[in-house]
Amino acid sequence: MAVLVEFRGVTYQIGGREILHGIDLCVEESETVALLGRSGSGKTTLLKMVNRLVEPTGGEVRFEGKPVTDWDPIRLRRRIGYVIQEGGLFPHATVAENVGLVPKLEGWPKERIRARTMELLDAMGLPAPVYGSRHPRQLSGGEKQRVGIARALAADPPLLLLDEPFAALDPVTRFEMQQRFARLRRSFGKTALFVTHDIREALMLGTRIALLKEGRLEVVAPADEFVQARTPEATAFLATLGEGTLDESHAAG
Amino acid sequence: MLPAEIVRLSAEHLWLVAIAVFAAVVIAAPSAVILTRRARLRRWTLGVVNVVQTVPSLAVFGFLLPLPFLGVGKSTAIVALILYALLPILRNMVVGILGVDAGIRESAVAMGMTGRQILWGVELPLAFPTILAGIRIATVTTIGTATIAAAIGGGGLGTFVFRGIAMADTKTILAGAVPAALMAIAADEALGWIERRFSS
Repeated sequence: MAVLVEFRGVTYQIGGREILHGIDLCVEESETVALLGRSGSGKTTLLKMVNRLVEPTGGEVRFEGKPVTDWDPIRLRRRIGYVIQEGGLFPHATVAENVGLVPKLEGWPKERIRARTMELLDAMGLPAPVYGSRHPRQLSGGEKQRVGIARALAADPPLLLLDEPFAALDPVTRFEMQQRFARLRRSFGKTALFVTHDIREALMLGTRIALLKEGRLEVVAPADEFVQARTPEATAFLATLGEGTLDESHAAG
Repeated sequence: MLPAEIVRLSAEHLWLVAIAVFAAVVIAAPSAVILTRRARLRRWTLGVVNVVQTVPSLAVFGFLLPLPFLGVGKSTAIVALILYALLPILRNMVVGILGVDAGIRESAVAMGMTGRQILWGVELPLAFPTILAGIRIATVTTIGTATIAAAIGGGGLGTFVFRGIAMADTKTILAGAVPAALMAIAADEALGWIERRFSS
């Protein structure tokens, strides 16, 4: 399977302190890699290097076989969907306008944008006739998140980046969103790289898990092997799973 | 002090204010956009504009008098009024643009919007209520400050005020002060209404 994203010896320094040390990682087509780690482990910084919101201070990141620095940043970003907490929706635009944003930037004809927006909102369980003309402030947290994902998928990018997309949701909504996302990912066949500090989420959604500890990759393993990992940080994360929930979330993943 | 004179001077007053506020907006808008992109320049510029604001208005009119091309008359008055209107407008534009939520700005960048698209499509629309509030403050204060413009031959309702002071005639002072106050209240209400419509 083709490699979509590749980190080669990526380092990142800020204020004389190195927060990422020589990261090597590949993301292959149609897999979902979870970047798992504590706050400050460098996982979000690593994610943001793919669409050049952050530039590495050493090493290189490649997307579709080409260093991201060789890409026109605008073209690169329009080929990569990006989802953050609460969706990062534009409060002054309607749901339909938010979802149709990248297609509009790409100059799609109006009718095609409308059709695509409707299709995605339907897929997210937010029928366009009801939700299309609402503003983000009229939505619940889970609905905002779904619009955020629809927006990221709009121009059919080969890759999705998600930065703790479900962290701000209540536990029940979060669980529903995770299940919905898992279904969607299968049906859309997207490659995804997502950041999380929640091992349940990583096991449930990730086909592989990359565990970061203080700027170093400690474990990179498929979800089913990850639960056997015995490194200190992996043990610490696995310990947050209560007995029983382990099997449950594992089965769902 | 005929009603006709009150109307004429009110119109003149309004004209002074309108030109000054309009010019201040035209100067402030591109400056604000540049200042939001340069932190050091922003601190310096806002500092200088702040200092200008603290100089008593009558003194500013006085300082401008000896300058070439200005001298006694309307143009000096307008330049001084622009200087005063500039601060609230510029500051609110800068604050409004910088106040756009970091997550929203980041997703705009991440979706591949260009700097120009982000400015027009995201930053300015979201900063608009704040920008409008600055224009409102500037307009109301300029209506007041413009009465002093009469001291250097700027005309407007201040003409009555200074004439009344010279003649120790309260009625003449009021003929200038009352329309100016009403004008300020009307401007405040009208701009406040627009502001509410856009910030809902």
